[in-house]
Amino acid sequence: MAKKSVLFILQHAPLGASLARAGIDTVLAYAAFDQPVSVLFSGAGVLQLAPGADCQRVGRRDLRRMIDSMPLYDIDAVFADAAALSAYGISGNLPPFVEAVESNAIRQLHERSDHILSF
Amino acid sequence: MQYTLLALSSPSDGQCLLTAARVAEAIIGKGHRLDTVFFSDAATTVGLATLSMPQDEIAVQRQWQRLAADHAVELVLCVASAMQRGVVGVDELPSDSELHPTLAEGFRIGGLGQLVAATHAADRVLTFGG
Repeated sequence: MAKKSVLFILQHAPLGASLARAGIDTVLAYAAFDQPVSVLFSGAGVLQLAPGADCQRVGRRDLRRMIDSMPLYDIDAVFADAAALSAYGISGNLPPFVEAVESNAIRQLHERSDHILSF
Repeated sequence: MQYTLLALSSPSDGQCLLTAARVAEAIIGKGHRLDTVFFSDAATTVGLATLSMPQDEIAVQRQWQRLAADHAVELVLCVASAMQRGVVGVDELPSDSELHPTLAEGFRIGGLGQLVAATHAADRVLTFGG
């Protein structure tokens, strides 16, 4: 059976709720099972990419370290909604494998994915 | 058509899990297949045996249990999320533990691999509460 591509839309801030962590855990699990995944950080989810957001200082696992490990899982399609980055004032210092994308590219990402899971 | 549902929000937080149960009913009612509903994050508390909803609200856990019993839908709770919330089956407790399982009837505890398999098998995957 052909593998199905899954797009993960991560739209929650890294702290305040556990959904961000659950999303990243799920992404890494799919990749560990050798599934083709792409990842889109959107809305408040782009805050997961903000430099200096160290969850460990409040006693939670460092999400950014988990995100930074994505290339080790062969996840190379990682995107961030450019409009959300700008709305949240995140301008440089994204992880090098994250590509900022505009709405057209986001629409294409939706269209070429078999499934979309949002966290 | 084969469906898989992913539920993320707490049974006590809004109507999301009730809506998901209704959608599950509708999917089956229309003659589609629904083999697996995967509960992750806060949604795993739906499988807590001691869960008790206010009397004037629909008992969301019972809705899901009925669905599982009537239509052989597998209700899988993500093990990591469930354990963080005190939802444990016999297998999650050490054999010498004096604690008791808290997993409600009709639910199973499983790993993310089951979600991977269920989305792989599905034509449509719907997320509730993300």
